[in-house]
Amino acid sequence: MPGHVVPVRVYVMVFLALLFLTGLTTGVAFVDLGAMNTVAALAIAVVKMLLVALFFMELRYSPGLTRVVVVTAFFFLALLISLTLADNFTRPWTPTPSGWGDSAPTSQNR
Amino acid sequence: MSTAVLEAPAESRLNYLNASYGIKSWLLTVDHKRIALLYLASISVMFFIGGIFAVLMRLHLIEPQGALVQPDTYNKLFSAHGIIMVFFFLIPSIPATLGNFLVPLMIGAKDLAFPRLNLMSWYLYIIGASFALYALMSGGVDTGWTFYPPYSSIYSQTHVIATAIGVFIAGFSSILTALNFVVTIHKMRAPGLTWFRLPLFIWAMYATSVIIMLGTPVIAVTLVLLAAERLLHVGIFDAVIGGDPLLFQHLFWFYSHPAVYIMVLPGMGVISELVTAFSRKKIFGYKMIAFSSMAIAVLGFLVWGHHMFVTGQSVYAGLIFSLLSFLVAIPSAIKVFNWTATLYKGSISYQAPMLYALGFIGLFTMGGLTGLFLASLATDVHLNGTYFIVAHFHYIMVGGTMMAYLGGLHFWWPKITGRLYPDIWARIAALMIFAGFNLTFFPQFMLGYLGMPRRYSVYPAEFQVLNVMSSAGASILGIGYVIPLIYFLWSIRYGPVASSNPWGTKGLEWQTTSPPPTENFEETPIVTEDAYAYATPESTHA
Amino acid sequence: MPEAATSSSHSGGSHRAGGAVVVGHVPGLRHHFEDMEQQHEAGSLGMWAFLVTEIMFFGAVFAAYAIYRELYLPGFEGGSRLLDIKLGATNTAVLIGSSLTMVLAVHSAQTGKRKLIVLFLILTMVLGAVFLGIKYVEWSTDWTKGLVPGLHWAPTEEIHGNPPLGSVEMFFCFYFVMTGLHAMHMIVGFGILTVMTIMAWRGRFSPEYNAPVEVSGLYWHFVDIIWIFLFPLLYLIGGRY
Repeated sequence: MPGHVVPVRVYVMVFLALLFLTGLTTGVAFVDLGAMNTVAALAIAVVKMLLVALFFMELRYSPGLTRVVVVTAFFFLALLISLTLADNFTRPWTPTPSGWGDSAPTSQNR
Repeated sequence: MSTAVLEAPAESRLNYLNASYGIKSWLLTVDHKRIALLYLASISVMFFIGGIFAVLMRLHLIEPQGALVQPDTYNKLFSAHGIIMVFFFLIPSIPATLGNFLVPLMIGAKDLAFPRLNLMSWYLYIIGASFALYALMSGGVDTGWTFYPPYSSIYSQTHVIATAIGVFIAGFSSILTALNFVVTIHKMRAPGLTWFRLPLFIWAMYATSVIIMLGTPVIAVTLVLLAAERLLHVGIFDAVIGGDPLLFQHLFWFYSHPAVYIMVLPGMGVISELVTAFSRKKIFGYKMIAFSSMAIAVLGFLVWGHHMFVTGQSVYAGLIFSLLSFLVAIPSAIKVFNWTATLYKGSISYQAPMLYALGFIGLFTMGGLTGLFLASLATDVHLNGTYFIVAHFHYIMVGGTMMAYLGGLHFWWPKITGRLYPDIWARIAALMIFAGFNLTFFPQFMLGYLGMPRRYSVYPAEFQVLNVMSSAGASILGIGYVIPLIYFLWSIRYGPVASSNPWGTKGLEWQTTSPPPTENFEETPIVTEDAYAYATPESTHA
Repeated sequence: MPEAATSSSHSGGSHRAGGAVVVGHVPGLRHHFEDMEQQHEAGSLGMWAFLVTEIMFFGAVFAAYAIYRELYLPGFEGGSRLLDIKLGATNTAVLIGSSLTMVLAVHSAQTGKRKLIVLFLILTMVLGAVFLGIKYVEWSTDWTKGLVPGLHWAPTEEIHGNPPLGSVEMFFCFYFVMTGLHAMHMIVGFGILTVMTIMAWRGRFSPEYNAPVEVSGLYWHFVDIIWIFLFPLLYLIGGRY
């Protein structure tokens, strides 16, 4: 990685790709695709992130250790999100004690 | 113990202590060894401050209706004790003092990868501690070290934000230390020093650093969110606009559970060194201990929900966390078995560091076993919020980490200062600490089992005998901690001069002078054998 | 009996490539490192390790966002539509442009073009300032419209889908916290780039020694990546149809 010089045109092409993807994701927001809107937006964001990381941050030419380090962070972030969501998702599975009725706050009546 | 075969008097040889004089040479140093001493001094100060709060609490609890302070003040006492001991003592203790001093020495490097970052890390610690002490002197906080909203975000009238800022800055300090360790261990090992030839202390520092880097930012941002809610009414945890106080707990414990491994893993690393040195024997199961350190780092991130079994978390999530909590006990147990197996047929000597190490093995085991009661959902419902928990974590933090810290300080003191301390007094202090500790905290298991809640300033009269026993033990423990302070300080001036290897043990740090020169080694060492390569009976026979 | 033989010559270990003993002073080489390659690798690994901590820092807020979005989707969608998508998209393009200029600054350092390093670093900061300027415009508009939770929450306009107001306020909590943290990181980035610009102006960088520019670039790109996610998550989730 030190000493590896990437030609300027590669950078410019990545830049143009990023601009295009920005326009794409903005445009898709004006079209009703239902649940796919979120999926599309996130997918495009991930592609943009990979372009920046691999080309601008030169992760392509970095030692394997660097890649392991980055992947590790995302792995633990995924743990945080998934286990916390597991709590939030499974709370409604436990029935509320009878007599409480609908007064307990839920996502429906907020 | 072999006493020093006198070489040229230490004072006349150039080492890191006498290489330059004056306060600027200390406050602007980038030498990892001097920074370690700066940390040692500041952390010791914080320890005694935190200890004072413990003394006040135990004095107050001599009487069922409270002997000393009002309930509101009592809340501030246990909060101060927890915050100072966790964030400003235990978390930095071994990494910032022993770690900073030893990591480059043990791997044959001249310094850590980023010496100036290292100094900045100490200054951040001092700034963070100053914020926390300022908050304390202006009246403290009464939220507990756990800062749960909505009390901490909306209702508490105490200095939550100042304390949170102090903790945030101290957290940043520990992140920089950890970052330094990770890069140093990856990139600056001496020729021939492969990963599996590293001392286990280095493996422990590495695993600890990984935890610090992955976990601390989460609590950092959580405290920012808490401060934003308190100051700007950005109500992320405010139920009125749909916020979930339990979310704070998830984010808080995502760090704070791995934090307990940040606190204990370095201690385990020290114990691995002490047990081999004082049995004069290769460690049993080197790779298993190394892998267990990494396993504890990973598994430690999967169990945080066991702090939330009774606060409203879903039972199904509780099931998952309970199962994972049982799993995390396994690597710790492997280590205990391996240390014990190392003792078997070893040539054991009972100097102070070894007394601390043996104490650790026993007390950590007890603390760990009692953790199983807490990991089990059914029993935790009864034990949560009681003194059983208090006793459990003190067995690990004090019976474990603190004893490892003291053992390590005693073991490496000759290397750090070039002086020997009086071992008689060291052994007396070690035994006093062991006895005082057990008298303080064992009754607390019983109190918890009998139902005495924690963080309460009053209790039913039938619990008084156990409480008085606990307070009596605390006084013995306190005296036990003061004794090393005295003889360590005494030894700096009047202790016998130490040779480069007074214990006669393996390890690169013992291959250089005591104290080491500023650049650690006159020539970069080349490593050709495994760690702890003591001569065994088999190896000396033809 | 010492277990480590000592040697003054730098024999190639398992992780080093170079073998020659460096004689004389290499500009920029810090003395605790063996050679420039080790120093460069250490610096790079150090910055990536720091970015890991930043991933966890922002990630925790993204985690909280994910949970509340799941619970209060109507409120989040309604709130999102109140944001100015044109300004958001423009800002995204501006930041991407600043990443390009940053990467060209690094390239100039690697090819030893002193004046170009300075030019591109300054351009990067200019684009960053444009970003912050647009953010300021957005924030003051939100204040005027009474969309700042806690401090000035009094929304006047109609919200798409008519969700409960509390959940819209929750959305704006996240909007301000996330863009605020991001802006703070950009300001720190300005500080770093200013230092780099001064060093570049003084001719401190060369094809042999340019790690600081490269490492500052890593930080700047990371801040860009955060915004790459903030833009869809804050501005686009409601859709505009």
